Amino acid sequence: MASFLFKNARMVDPVTGLDTEQDLLIVDGTIDKLGPSLSASDSEEIDLKGKTIVPGLCDMHVHFREPGFEHKEDIRSGAASAAAGGFTAVACMPNTDPPIDNASVVAYIYEKAKGLPVDVYPIAAITKERKGEAIAPMVELRKAGAVGFSDDGSPVHNTKVLRIALEYASMFDVPVIQHAEDPHLFTGGSMNESIVSTELGLPPIPRLSEDAVVARDIMFTEYVNGRYHLAHMSTIGAANAVRAAKEKGLHVTAEVAPHHFALTDEAVRSYDSNVKMNPPLRTADDVRAMKEALRDGVADVIATDHAPHAGFEKEVEFVYAPFGIIGLETAVGLSVTELLLEQWLTLPQLIEKLSTNPRRIIGLPELRIEEGQRANLTLLDLAAEWTVDVHRFKSKSRNSPFHGRALTGRAIGIFNNGQLVLAD
Amino acid sequence: MASLHIDHLLGLQNVPKEDITLILDSTDTFLEILDRPIKKVPTLQGKTVVNLFFENSTRTRISFELAERRLSADVVNFAAGSSSVKKGETLLDTARNIEAMKVDIVVMRHSAAGAGHFLSKRCTSRFINAGDGAHEHPTQALLDMCTLRQKHGSLDGLNVCIIGDIAHSRVARSNIYGLLTMGADVAVCGPPSMMPYDLEKLGVRIFHDVDEALQFSDAVNVLRIQLERDAGADFPTLREYNQTFGITRDRLDRLGREVTVLHPGPINRGVEIESEVADGPYSVILPQVTNGVAIRMAVLYLIGTKAE
Repeated sequence: MASFLFKNARMVDPVTGLDTEQDLLIVDGTIDKLGPSLSASDSEEIDLKGKTIVPGLCDMHVHFREPGFEHKEDIRSGAASAAAGGFTAVACMPNTDPPIDNASVVAYIYEKAKGLPVDVYPIAAITKERKGEAIAPMVELRKAGAVGFSDDGSPVHNTKVLRIALEYASMFDVPVIQHAEDPHLFTGGSMNESIVSTELGLPPIPRLSEDAVVARDIMFTEYVNGRYHLAHMSTIGAANAVRAAKEKGLHVTAEVAPHHFALTDEAVRSYDSNVKMNPPLRTADDVRAMKEALRDGVADVIATDHAPHAGFEKEVEFVYAPFGIIGLETAVGLSVTELLLEQWLTLPQLIEKLSTNPRRIIGLPELRIEEGQRANLTLLDLAAEWTVDVHRFKSKSRNSPFHGRALTGRAIGIFNNGQLVLAD
Repeated sequence: MASLHIDHLLGLQNVPKEDITLILDSTDTFLEILDRPIKKVPTLQGKTVVNLFFENSTRTRISFELAERRLSADVVNFAAGSSSVKKGETLLDTARNIEAMKVDIVVMRHSAAGAGHFLSKRCTSRFINAGDGAHEHPTQALLDMCTLRQKHGSLDGLNVCIIGDIAHSRVARSNIYGLLTMGADVAVCGPPSMMPYDLEKLGVRIFHDVDEALQFSDAVNVLRIQLERDAGADFPTLREYNQTFGITRDRLDRLGREVTVLHPGPINRGVEIESEVADGPYSVILPQVTNGVAIRMAVLYLIGTKAE
């Protein structure tokens, strides 16, 4: 009988309100005891004095590239990256080849992820082949285990298809997740439209491209009483629209990626393609709006949009480089440094954004640090000062703009599915 | 002899005034050489220059090549059409392979903004940007400034208006950066749909009425309308563009005073500029071309001989 005894850890659980320094005994993957000065024979004892245990973190927006693009990432390497970043659960987007638009691909992903310490949940495509033309067999996909629907990487732009998707998916307790972008305004763009794009002569992507689609989508969501989740929110306009939708009581939720609260489009002056992602880095005003949105509950979730690309794919002219950066192994450090230490969020609020809320939105069981519960935990060192080194990442890819950045706070391990994974 | 602060000429943004002045002053020396019966000096003897042109260009490439040969450099031309680029090789691989053959200076034109920045950080050669996307075309702006200096004596306080599709123009950006650094008052003119976002933050005045723009100007730099891109996209018809923004003799006559007319070429007669203006007394379009060779000689000389 495998057992683990975590000693002297601060335990923080936003669901139960727990915030205490105690010991925690896990037996056979279940929380057996919680209390002061526990001891157990035959258990692996780990002193976590000064460290923090929280419910397992969940990233509801990753690209694991399998099937189809395994040279960038696969489910095994993606899961290792997630574990190193402190995540016990991820939801992977369906822009694979073939796309996740039928039950067999959903089953394939579950099969590939079986036995891993990180739970990998597929998000299925909204439309067949992600073409935005006709909705995918959502009931079959949901029954097979899809935890949401998204054509991420592309928007559902056709308003008739959008309406049908929102209506049809309202049968489920998981959302339609929109990649909000207007294809006409977006065409050929490679960075945010601002004084920086004007100076650099790079083809611009206006904030309007996101703002207009979010505003429209919220109208549709209200009209059909749908359930809508906005992926990678990045603009003031989108945040205002989501705020108004929430005030009306609509089923609208939103996520923010760490790079959208940690970097501005000034970073593009380097012409480094590792600052090229979609939506693009925005202005300092948008960055502030994202922090306010997280603080005010307008943004429910921090999600990385982990998007691996091989070095040779990214080491090209800025306009030709693919969009996307990896994020799983820097999310905790960026969140602690930019949000917790800057007092935008308390620790329980931060854990809500990184665990409770994303799990609720994609319909996963609620986690509690309580006796009798399955142990699904993340171990954090909130005071650790470290420098990002992409060469130490577990991901197959290295496309991070944060290489060399000094951060405070990191994950030191996860416990899930009976397995303890400690960081190097 | 003074030397440049910059190692590469990737653009004019953030290039110090002393560097621009040094290039313009050196140009005068090379102009004198161009008037000699034997137009060749041994300045870059033993240096190898590669003209790496990933985008079609006739006049800029010829201008650079003449400048290189007149400085006695060894010259190699590389055009994307005849290259491994068509076989899928990346820009970085292409550049590194060429560099492995031991070249000193790379003159590059590329459709992607920032291509020169990208390569200069990863290679050891000196880079001269011959146009990168809608970003910069620094030697064009330098030759424009050289021509304006010849005509007006000084750029300081000179009112210059750039007319046309500013959003997609590398010539406009380089001129704006260079002219502002040299103390000129810079304006732009065109329809709002051809102005890039927040342009006024650069410190330029914006006109949408070409007659008002002419009132402001000591000199106008008339940009080529890119027929293949712009018609029907950012403005309705060439006819309407010509009527609204075209520089015509009629407009200049009504102004009642001289205004210097530049054009980076090649010109679309009857679209952005009327023939009578292009060939008229205020036009400095051909002197621009001559100055272009001398400016490129100055840049090649100053970049190519700068101590490591």
